[in-house]
Amino acid sequence: MKAKGKVFRYRNNVDTDVIIPARYLNTSDPKELAAHCMEDIDPDFVKNVRPGDIIVAERNFGCGSSREHAPIAIKASGVSCVIASTFARIFYRNAINIGLPILECEQAVKGIEAGDEVEVDFDTGIIKNLTRGTTFKARPFPEFMKRIMAADGLVNYIRTKTE
Amino acid sequence: MGMTMTQKILAAHAGLDSVEPGQLIEASLDMVLGNDITSPVAIKEFHKMGAGKVFDKAKVALVPDHFTPNKDIKAAEQCRFVREFARSMEVENYFEVGEMGIEHCLLPEKGLVVPGDLVIGADSHTCTYGALGAFSTGVGSTDMAAGMATGKCWFKVPSAIKFVLKGRPSGWVSGKDIILHIIGMIGVDGALYKSMEFMGEGLQYISMDGRFTMANMAIEAGAKNGIFMVDEKTIEYVKAHSKKPWTVYEPDEDAVYDEVYEIDLSKVRPTVAFPHLPSNTRTIDEVGDVEIDQVVIGSCTNGRLEDLRVAAKILNGRKVKKGVRVIIFPGTQRIYLDALKEGLIEQFVEAGAVVSTPTCGPCLGGHMGILAKGERAVSTTNRNFVGRMGHTESEVYLASPAVAAASAVTGRITDPDTLLKAD
Repeated sequence: MKAKGKVFRYRNNVDTDVIIPARYLNTSDPKELAAHCMEDIDPDFVKNVRPGDIIVAERNFGCGSSREHAPIAIKASGVSCVIASTFARIFYRNAINIGLPILECEQAVKGIEAGDEVEVDFDTGIIKNLTRGTTFKARPFPEFMKRIMAADGLVNYIRTKTE
Repeated sequence: MGMTMTQKILAAHAGLDSVEPGQLIEASLDMVLGNDITSPVAIKEFHKMGAGKVFDKAKVALVPDHFTPNKDIKAAEQCRFVREFARSMEVENYFEVGEMGIEHCLLPEKGLVVPGDLVIGADSHTCTYGALGAFSTGVGSTDMAAGMATGKCWFKVPSAIKFVLKGRPSGWVSGKDIILHIIGMIGVDGALYKSMEFMGEGLQYISMDGRFTMANMAIEAGAKNGIFMVDEKTIEYVKAHSKKPWTVYEPDEDAVYDEVYEIDLSKVRPTVAFPHLPSNTRTIDEVGDVEIDQVVIGSCTNGRLEDLRVAAKILNGRKVKKGVRVIIFPGTQRIYLDALKEGLIEQFVEAGAVVSTPTCGPCLGGHMGILAKGERAVSTTNRNFVGRMGHTESEVYLASPAVAAASAVTGRITDPDTLLKAD
């Protein structure tokens, strides 16, 4: 499994309130949520994001609320992967559970700027910055997480296992 | 190797003699909680999983509290969806408007969580119940769905940071000031993936309401959970509220902690978190001149009876500054009624504050007190992120009920002592 796209770059402590503001939580429809993704930190995100694009951020990405709407909004906006130095723990669980690939890799975060073209190989954990010709290595997903990602989330994974 | 309080509770619920940090375990749940925002997603996932019924009708709690009383048609639809699920599954702990409260004020009050319990909730402030010596943590909707279906959840066993509390807090210093002081010290990811364990002789000076406030904000330091050593105050509280059996877990003498902090409570000052992070703290002596437009007193952090009593002590016989809007939210219907009987509600209204039904409302910018562009609020809530309470160019200053009430009178962030001396 691979991802490739243009990078949206953010800093420390990107919280769930800016990923999807609570005023839009009167729905859980992924498309409606995606229409407001990152709105309070980057009003142009929705306009500029293309399928496959990648979010790169520094420490504690996804801190704050437990709303699963946050990774749902990111995934539904077409983002293929989030790379950060660290993730807030509830966001981490939620992203895995809904099948949004996320990687912790501080070196990559330091070596990637906004607008860079980046390719991620989830099987090996190799992150390539195609713009700058640099390569980084994150810890690859363990097998069970790869299967959850391939099944597009925990629910489908459980269903396919029981069927 | 010795275990922390958290590790002991996790081991017991996983049927293991011992666990160590980093170990993946599957544990049995004593309570699974959701609200009107997170439950609809969980219920859809629950059905997709093909689960026919909840694992235990007594161990699921559904509390519509965020956008209730229904703020718009979409919110009403979400609440109806949760209500219908609760009915069809015969969920025992479903609380309708009129019997409800803010989930994290309500569950302890109803005796639904006791020491030694293991609780997950699809709300990040589920960590509140650590005040009772329980392990409780926030999860997302999918984990909530799996919890409702199976009664189990997987965890990575956390390591822990120990906070040894010493001395007696002075004057108006409350649990809110202590936890803001700690978050200011370790940062919003200072306890990422870890437990925060509170103990020490200073604990005796912190009320149960104060401990709920502190455990509630463990997530604001990135923690998996915050937990307090059980003492006489805990037992007294549990006996008054619950009939459930409980178990007290204490850390082993040789329990391993990543870090140990000693906090001298006598040196903690009233503390305010400036925009836009809970860790951006200053003592009341360092705040300078900050003019405000709105004061919010309430929420799962500070909407309990003691919080209202403190606010009333300051607001009684005084007037809210002309032009400032003060909104007070009792945490539950019970707290509302107690405040009414004690005369607090009358004192608030006489002072010029409005008193709302229990709701999460303005804390997360939902309804009932949204900020316009450029406006500032002093709030006893838990987060001051960009746009948290309204416009992205509004500002939230987190503080204790005492500081919030004093600020309501002067129209700027104020030390309660300064206000009282000026009179």
